[in-house]
Amino acid sequence: MKLKTLLATTAFAALVSAPALAQVSIKIGVMNDRSGLYADLTGEGSAVAARLAVEDFKAAEKGLKVEIVSADHQNKPDVGSNIARQWYDTDNVDVITDVPTSSVALAINQITKDKNKIFLNSGAASSDLTNKACSPNTVHWTYDTYALANGTGGAMVKAGGDSWYFLTADYAFGHALERDTAAVVTKNGGKVLGAVRTPFPGTDFSSFLLQAQASKAKVIGLANAGGDTINSIKQAGEFGITQGGQKLAGLLVFINDVHALGLQTAQGLVLTESFYWDRDEGTRAWSARFAKAHNGNMPSMVQAGVYGAVLHYLKAVAELKSKDPAAVMAKMKEMPTDDTLFGKGTIRADGRKMHPMYLYEVKKPGESKAKWDYYKQLAVLPAETAFRPLSESECPLVKK
Amino acid sequence: MANITLDDAPAGGIALAETSRGTERLHRAVFIGLGILLVIAPFVVYPVFVMKVLCFALFALAFNLLLGYGGLLSFGHAAYFGMAAYVSAYAAKVWGFPPEFAILSGMLVAGVLGLVFGALAIRRQGIYFAMITLALAQMVFFFSLQTPKFTGGEDGIQAVPRGYLFGLFNLGDDRTLYWLVAAIFMAGLLLIYRIIHSPFGQVCKAIRDNEPRAISLGYRANQYKLAVFVLSATLAGLAGATKAIVFQLASLTDVHWSMSGEVVLMTLVGGLGTVFGPIVGALVIVSMQNYLAGLGSWVLVIQGVIFVICVMLFREGIVGLIAKKIGKPL
Amino acid sequence: MFELLGIPPQALFGQVLLGLINGSFYAILSLGLAVIFGLLNIINFTHGAQYMMGAFVAWMCLNYFGINYWAALLLAPIVVGATGIAIERLLLKRIAHVDHLYGLLLTFGLALIIQGLFRNQYGSSGLAYQIPAELRGGQNLGFMFLPYYRGWVVVASLVVCLATWFLIEKTRLGAYLRAATENPTLTQAFGINVPLLVTLTYGFGVALAAFAGVLAAPIYSVNPNMGADLIIVVFAVVVIGGMGSILGAIVTGFSLGLIEGLTKVFYPEASATVIFIIMVLVLLVKPAGLFGRAA
Repeated sequence: MKLKTLLATTAFAALVSAPALAQVSIKIGVMNDRSGLYADLTGEGSAVAARLAVEDFKAAEKGLKVEIVSADHQNKPDVGSNIARQWYDTDNVDVITDVPTSSVALAINQITKDKNKIFLNSGAASSDLTNKACSPNTVHWTYDTYALANGTGGAMVKAGGDSWYFLTADYAFGHALERDTAAVVTKNGGKVLGAVRTPFPGTDFSSFLLQAQASKAKVIGLANAGGDTINSIKQAGEFGITQGGQKLAGLLVFINDVHALGLQTAQGLVLTESFYWDRDEGTRAWSARFAKAHNGNMPSMVQAGVYGAVLHYLKAVAELKSKDPAAVMAKMKEMPTDDTLFGKGTIRADGRKMHPMYLYEVKKPGESKAKWDYYKQLAVLPAETAFRPLSESECPLVKK
Repeated sequence: MANITLDDAPAGGIALAETSRGTERLHRAVFIGLGILLVIAPFVVYPVFVMKVLCFALFALAFNLLLGYGGLLSFGHAAYFGMAAYVSAYAAKVWGFPPEFAILSGMLVAGVLGLVFGALAIRRQGIYFAMITLALAQMVFFFSLQTPKFTGGEDGIQAVPRGYLFGLFNLGDDRTLYWLVAAIFMAGLLLIYRIIHSPFGQVCKAIRDNEPRAISLGYRANQYKLAVFVLSATLAGLAGATKAIVFQLASLTDVHWSMSGEVVLMTLVGGLGTVFGPIVGALVIVSMQNYLAGLGSWVLVIQGVIFVICVMLFREGIVGLIAKKIGKPL
Repeated sequence: MFELLGIPPQALFGQVLLGLINGSFYAILSLGLAVIFGLLNIINFTHGAQYMMGAFVAWMCLNYFGINYWAALLLAPIVVGATGIAIERLLLKRIAHVDHLYGLLLTFGLALIIQGLFRNQYGSSGLAYQIPAELRGGQNLGFMFLPYYRGWVVVASLVVCLATWFLIEKTRLGAYLRAATENPTLTQAFGINVPLLVTLTYGFGVALAAFAGVLAAPIYSVNPNMGADLIIVVFAVVVIGGMGSILGAIVTGFSLGLIEGLTKVFYPEASATVIFIIMVLVLLVKPAGLFGRAA
């Protein structure tokens, strides 16, 4: 009964408002993890970021009526594809954004292509989204495994960490991370001494850490994610592995993980991100607004990526005065991107968003002056060297 | 001690034994009503949603066959459901099987798996049985996790082609696929109904109610139990294989133990040991997951609360309660 | 097999020790399950959630009230045990007369509720809980670096397990308990308050789970799902050990931890599955489990 009235009122409202202005109405679906491991990294914060983008673009003044809906995919591909189908088939959603967890992202990538809509991914790591599985309807904004491996792997070898041992979560994603990083390490003249496959998900990594320690490698690469990463970092501290001189390299670690671990445990960890709130004036100002709207939490790079992607999409739609997916995608790839968070950039033919990546080291507790003051910057990787070059691409959209 | 229906669902199991003519007529009416509903449904509701309900309803029916009529509570039915989903998805995608053969191969594998696991598990009863099935299913889960070449690991097998049924009907169209799923569901339901009311079904109920007596009457109880187990696993496989074709996806969710918990919940809500209960239970739980999805992890809490309420106050389930009210088994 | 040659004996010894540490958790948890099963005849599916609650209570004690680890080690089992007593009084008692499988379903539902509530409140990325200052650091044993805390875990769990065994097998209270397990009606007739005994037993089993949770808090991340996956493994441990004896639960817990630890060295990919494989083998040979009585 209540639902019916609600539906009736919205339908009525749409009837009244729609014909009055000749405007384009857009529905953006923010789909991510709202209750699980990546809820802090993405979750409601990504919806907040999307709303900020609509606000900053002043969409209403430019004849765009934007509605934002959100859903929880629980990191399960079946739940995610269910929601996506329903959004596209019955709820008239035009764009799905965010979608962390590679398995879900790959599923949404496929459905979006089948239904000819647009997918602005920010949260997922898999570089397949713009490689083997690339789609004319997908933009991959924030980062990918290739860039992370390249950033962390390459930089650490150059800094002298030339022998590696991997702690790899025993699932497809972990293997991909290890493979990509190992390639970078050897390319830069480093050596991979070995790897141990840890059951996924795992709680006790001590045994594997001891094997890594025994290998005498200078760097222990953590090819895992979420809870596995947190547990392995924690236990590495406990077994005195970092004190012993070996360095930990987190291949998929975000600022929220550092926040959860605390500096005491996470200090010295080296990682790669494309956005850090404290990078410059612009990012600080935006992050302060974000924090105000999101319980004082600083944005993650994924949430920043949702902002950038939605903003760029709105620009393309406003330019065209149409939301025809093919036209909008062409426009998005043609226009250079420009926002306060990622600076100037482009979107490549394969859907890859190009921007620099940054190598950070987690500060020692003494060096941190304020809450969320976590990173010191070690290096900047220009976009062309950070991401997979088109010459290596397996994406059929790339003309060679 | 294994017969969960014995002391609590008199409306179901026991009364069913004396299927009277009036009950038969009632059941026929219910079947016709269900048929009409199935025909109307895709025009009123989003067909993909109805297909999801039907797949889970069939899964719950298969589970209920084992629990309600075999007296065996399996906490690992996700293994057959999920493994069949993987096999049918793999067959359709990699080997290019047409959908009907993909589904059949999924079913077959589930049946074989049921035979192996059943032979191990029926050696114990009651709680041990539940835990053994759970642990065996967990092995299947780890197997699925660690053979990404076959299962696609955490990505699952995605973009499974729906294909052409008998090379004629394009299942890419939701409506066309719907009729196939509805037909599979009806066939499964009718088969289960036949099994329950066959002499074989009667013996199973006798074993469930009093195993030593059934043995003393010369029935080989373990063979009957194993047979019900295999039938149940095969039908659960049918449901899983169909689901893989509908959603074009087979994933770890299908083999995870929480899936085994869900099917228990559906059956419990609908009514253990009733013929039609699992269908109602599946409808309730799937709609709840669908329409309350926005609540995030509260869905988990709500499911838990339903579990507790059902066990504490409502052991007959929805259909069991109706059956009690009208005084006829459903 | 000849991978064995590649592993130096010292490293092997280290892994054995680590296996024992993990075994401590299996032992305490399966012991709690066994104690509850003995008297109530139900499998406590909430056990994993109660283990998680133990860790969370320790975290809350520290962050909300400034109560340190050592006090939490005592307090958390009491608090969680009290909630267990409430569950037994309000819910389990009322379904004691129906099939025991309903107990399994009820506790399964409760586990969902508890996990869901904690997830809503604390998210699932996990909370940090530091190792108490007294136990930071470790000792180089020559063959491995043993953190003091891990050593403490083994000692604490051994003590608790043996104390429980002693309580049940050697004291008067334990005798009542065993009598009530054997024949509740007759025991009641002798003037022993069996319902009270049942309630306290459930509370005690739950408290054991919470104790394990506090032990785990500093080394594993404190998150709402920490018990959910562990409990399935513990179920397998229980099936292997059989439900017959208290000592059986303890011995099986430690030895399976050991076996799992060795698998991590020789064939790490299988270390999550090995316990289930052993379970199948044991079932083939001894359906009642290693220490179980035939049904």
